[in-house]
Amino acid sequence: MKIKFPFLGSMLALVTFLVGCEPLMVLNPKGPMAARQASDIMLSIGIMTIVVIVVLVILTFILFKFRASKQPNDYEPPHVEANIWVEVICIGIPILIVAYLSFVSVQSNYIVESAPTGYENEKPLVIYASSSDWKWHFSYPEQGIETVNYLYIPTDRPLEFKLYSHGPITSFWIPQLGGQKYAMADMVTTLHLAADVPGEYMGRNANFSGKGFAENIFNVTAMSQKEFDEWVEEVHERAEPLTEDEFNKLLEPGHLGQMTFTGTHLEFSPAPEHNHGLDIDDLESNHIDHTSHDSQTDSTNIETDHSGH
Amino acid sequence: MKIDHTQPLEYSTDQNQLNILGFWIFLGAEIMLFATLFTAYFTLEGRTGSGPTPADIFEITPVLIETFVLLTSSFTIGLGVHAMRLGRKNAMLTFFGITLLLGLGFLGVEIYEFTHYYHVGATYQTSAFTAALLTTLGTHGAHVTLGLFWGLFIILQVKKRGLTPENANKSFIFSLYWHFLDVVWIFIFSFIYLKGMMM
Amino acid sequence: MEFFERFAIPHPSPMIYASMVAIALVSIGILVGITYFKKWGYLWHEWFTSVDHKKIGIMYLISALIMLFRGGADAILMRAQLSSPEMKLLDAQHYNEIFTTHGVVMIFFVVMPFIFAFMNLIVPLQIGGRDVAFPRLNALSFWLFFAGAMLFNISFVIGGSPDAGWTSYFPLAGNDFSTSVGTNYYMLALQISGIGSLMTGINMITTILKMRAPGMTLMKLPMFTWSALITNVIIVFAFPVLTIALLMGTTDRLFGTNFFTTGNGGMDMLWANFFWVWGHPEVYILILPAFGLYSEIISTFSGRNLYGYKSMVGSMVLISLLSFLVWTHHFFTMGQGAFTNSIFSITTMAIAVPTGVKIFNWLFTMWKGKIRFTVPMLYSVGFIPLFTIGGVTGVMLAMSAADYQYHNTMFLVAHFHNTIIPGVLFALLAGLTYYWPKFFGFMLNEKIGKSTFWLVAVGFVLTFFPMYITGLDGQARRMYTYSEETGFGPLNMLSFVGSALFAIGFVTLVYNLYYSFKNSPRNIGSDPWDARSVEWATHTPIPEYNFARLPQVASSEAFWDMKKKGHKLFTGELKEIHMPNNSGVPFVLGIIFFIAGFSFVFALWVPAVVAVIGIFVCMALRSFEQDHGRHINVKEIKEIEAQYEEVPGNEDRSHTTTRV
Repeated sequence: MKIKFPFLGSMLALVTFLVGCEPLMVLNPKGPMAARQASDIMLSIGIMTIVVIVVLVILTFILFKFRASKQPNDYEPPHVEANIWVEVICIGIPILIVAYLSFVSVQSNYIVESAPTGYENEKPLVIYASSSDWKWHFSYPEQGIETVNYLYIPTDRPLEFKLYSHGPITSFWIPQLGGQKYAMADMVTTLHLAADVPGEYMGRNANFSGKGFAENIFNVTAMSQKEFDEWVEEVHERAEPLTEDEFNKLLEPGHLGQMTFTGTHLEFSPAPEHNHGLDIDDLESNHIDHTSHDSQTDSTNIETDHSGH
Repeated sequence: MKIDHTQPLEYSTDQNQLNILGFWIFLGAEIMLFATLFTAYFTLEGRTGSGPTPADIFEITPVLIETFVLLTSSFTIGLGVHAMRLGRKNAMLTFFGITLLLGLGFLGVEIYEFTHYYHVGATYQTSAFTAALLTTLGTHGAHVTLGLFWGLFIILQVKKRGLTPENANKSFIFSLYWHFLDVVWIFIFSFIYLKGMMM
Repeated sequence: MEFFERFAIPHPSPMIYASMVAIALVSIGILVGITYFKKWGYLWHEWFTSVDHKKIGIMYLISALIMLFRGGADAILMRAQLSSPEMKLLDAQHYNEIFTTHGVVMIFFVVMPFIFAFMNLIVPLQIGGRDVAFPRLNALSFWLFFAGAMLFNISFVIGGSPDAGWTSYFPLAGNDFSTSVGTNYYMLALQISGIGSLMTGINMITTILKMRAPGMTLMKLPMFTWSALITNVIIVFAFPVLTIALLMGTTDRLFGTNFFTTGNGGMDMLWANFFWVWGHPEVYILILPAFGLYSEIISTFSGRNLYGYKSMVGSMVLISLLSFLVWTHHFFTMGQGAFTNSIFSITTMAIAVPTGVKIFNWLFTMWKGKIRFTVPMLYSVGFIPLFTIGGVTGVMLAMSAADYQYHNTMFLVAHFHNTIIPGVLFALLAGLTYYWPKFFGFMLNEKIGKSTFWLVAVGFVLTFFPMYITGLDGQARRMYTYSEETGFGPLNMLSFVGSALFAIGFVTLVYNLYYSFKNSPRNIGSDPWDARSVEWATHTPIPEYNFARLPQVASSEAFWDMKKKGHKLFTGELKEIHMPNNSGVPFVLGIIFFIAGFSFVFALWVPAVVAVIGIFVCMALRSFEQDHGRHINVKEIKEIEAQYEEVPGNEDRSHTTTRV
């Protein structure tokens, strides 16, 4: 482990040098998840570079040594049968490499799918991030706030994103905080992130979702818990409440700037969590009064989705 | 065309052997086709939307009739192939004829079943469940329909041209096809109907 | 939508109108040309109705090359649009259509027919056979592929191209979000050509299992035929999944069912699963025949037997099994949890092991060899390091936690092009150059061929290596534009330059075909490369029956045994040869399928029903038809064989002439 880091560091420097300017977004992590992923990436780049170099060296050697122009005219290449030990080595070494990487991969899988390292005991901030053509809606149920196309988050606190979509499959991605996850229409996925450093980060939908896909981005601002609390207060003082009509208008396909509301759309148009073990009674009381929360699903099928259970 | 008399008639030429092997491979592809349909059905079975559930629409009587009829037809086509190997053309034609009539009966009951689903509000568009159900049954039913025509053509050809190696080969391959449809039906019966009615 | 509105292009641009005019002019030009030169009869008797595996192979080859230019034009447009920030060459809709058609055309209508071309051309020769098991079915496979390809290609002038990506994920591809008929084209064109592929699979497996020359046990098959056998097994088990997925997608779009919709219980994730259960094996359907071609070429130009024959076969079998167990890695980010991701992460990485074995076997085949750097060998030698890079980035992507960062980015795009281009495209170009003299009787110019190789190789590296970097810098795939601040500009410009070199490379390829046709000597004998396996034991050009006497085989390199070890390849008396008759039915069925497909795309029910009935009528007619083929008698064979002996360079001298 001790030797790994200088090596990884030099690889990172190399890649950085190749690009010439600031470090690549994914390799410039600002939170524990992205850091784990970046270190996995650097580790695999390292090992794989060695593999490629070995193959290149063998190939170059063979091509130089056995090229026809270097050999006597009457040279007849021999008939060579496979040597069992050569084969064992050719199978054995890849198996060892793959076994090691599998081990790391499985470990990382469990790490990225649970609360961020270092924040296990803190209560996460839950944010519902839902996409519609071609915007992101961020609902803070705890704070009673909803924003469109921008995201304020406190640093040093675990974040739990609940992702779903009002349309096609999208993918919620803030490269510097951690990898992406899909947002889909009939289930809610969970993405754990955390930010260590205050700053502005790029966030986007990474999964192709139609005409407005390229511009389907949002700004992420990470700030201290104190500043975040101040922002919450300010929003409650200044912003308008989000009504159902207003929200339905927001869902129409197109692009919007940044917007801020008090209240969240979850109150009248809950997330499709019912398939996944959430308390059904809570939701049922919610959608008695709502008629249609988006153009694709109507009230009838929402009710009957429950009857299937 | 060389005819090898040590082999059964349907295997007696090179081309006949190729045809039979090729058809077995085709049946391998058919297994994947129906396996995919079953996978879709099992995935979507519980996703009934605003429509009825399996237990709401399945009726035991027509399903039992269909099963009985189709299983019997599989037996009669077996007898038909046996008769063909003994060189008894008329017996073979009779058994093939009975098989097709049973197939027609199956299809009739299936059509009744579909109209029943329509009347109880389980149409193709109702839900993911009904779409998966009707596609699975419909694909099987379409296979049976195709088989009816195919079988009829074979009967006509055997009648006209006799039990040639070519016709024996066609009849044998057709019997493989028919048995296969029967196997698929057993799966449909067990894992769609029985399971659905018990849910 | 109004009846006629559906036929209009939803987002017309001058480029599309120009294409319409060009298509019309070219079609008229071809029709007039054929009529003027009175070639209709020739085309009909020699090509359209042919059931000869060699001619069908050549038709696949020509179609693949034509489609390659269609797919390549799409690619160039994409790179041009992204070459600098805020480019205005294409709008979002047009760009979406182009990357969709690029993917579909390249996979289904370039690489698939290309590998079918080689299977058709080479497999019957390598097993010492006279044709495939079901020659007429083979013709039908081709015409269905062709009908599918044409149906897909007219989409951009009638009704609009599909625009939901080649993966066509629902609900984006559903009626709600994809309102033009484009995705209907996708569903039906792929369905039609997919049926053709499935039938080729059945045909080839039967051929290889049942029609091998005397003495050729399975473990004496030449390596390309082994790869073809395994590929076709994958085809037979993978394509029915696509058939069903497309059927469901079609009913969703045309009949309003709810398989993949967001309401009434529909499940969008089911499409993604089905698509990739077919899609990942499809990757190996593309690459395994390429591996087979490399094995033939590397062994020939090293002058050595293929190292590790058994482990080559074993690794292909293992790859084919694993290929069905990895599909979830295409959507690690769908939220199926750490456990599922871990399993699929491990199975995916496991594929690196058999693939690694193959790489080392190729390296050891060159060991102690006598390596001749011909054009096919250059591609093979270039393939090894470049494909290794593609392979190891695949292992990187297989680490599912890290994949959260790679997924949907240019890194992924770089990875799969890095496997497909050096892996498959290089193999196809190498195979084209290698087998060209066998089928056309002259060699492609080596000098131009080498410049093509360098342009394509350098173009490839410049186009795709920068994408690894921009991917890690946060450039998502399928974005039609990006802003200045992202800093993606310079590297994308580099990609564009690379793709321009790539394009020039293909122009030189075409020029090479023309130049060599004009200038290459025709007296090259039947074995210009000093090759090893039995397909080179035929005359050039190959007589329609391939071998006057079936070869007696004792190893996987029977031709080499004949040349070097005095093995008697052809013994015994000449006998009457049975050949299949030509048939126009496959061609007619192709047309009917095209009409059926087109009618379904636009929901024109009357012609659709008529066409479907037409299909069944053709099948019924076939059932009643008695066609036992024809026989070529010994006297005719002797006459044909005698012609070859008069040609200088042929027969006895063949393996001593023209060495490169």
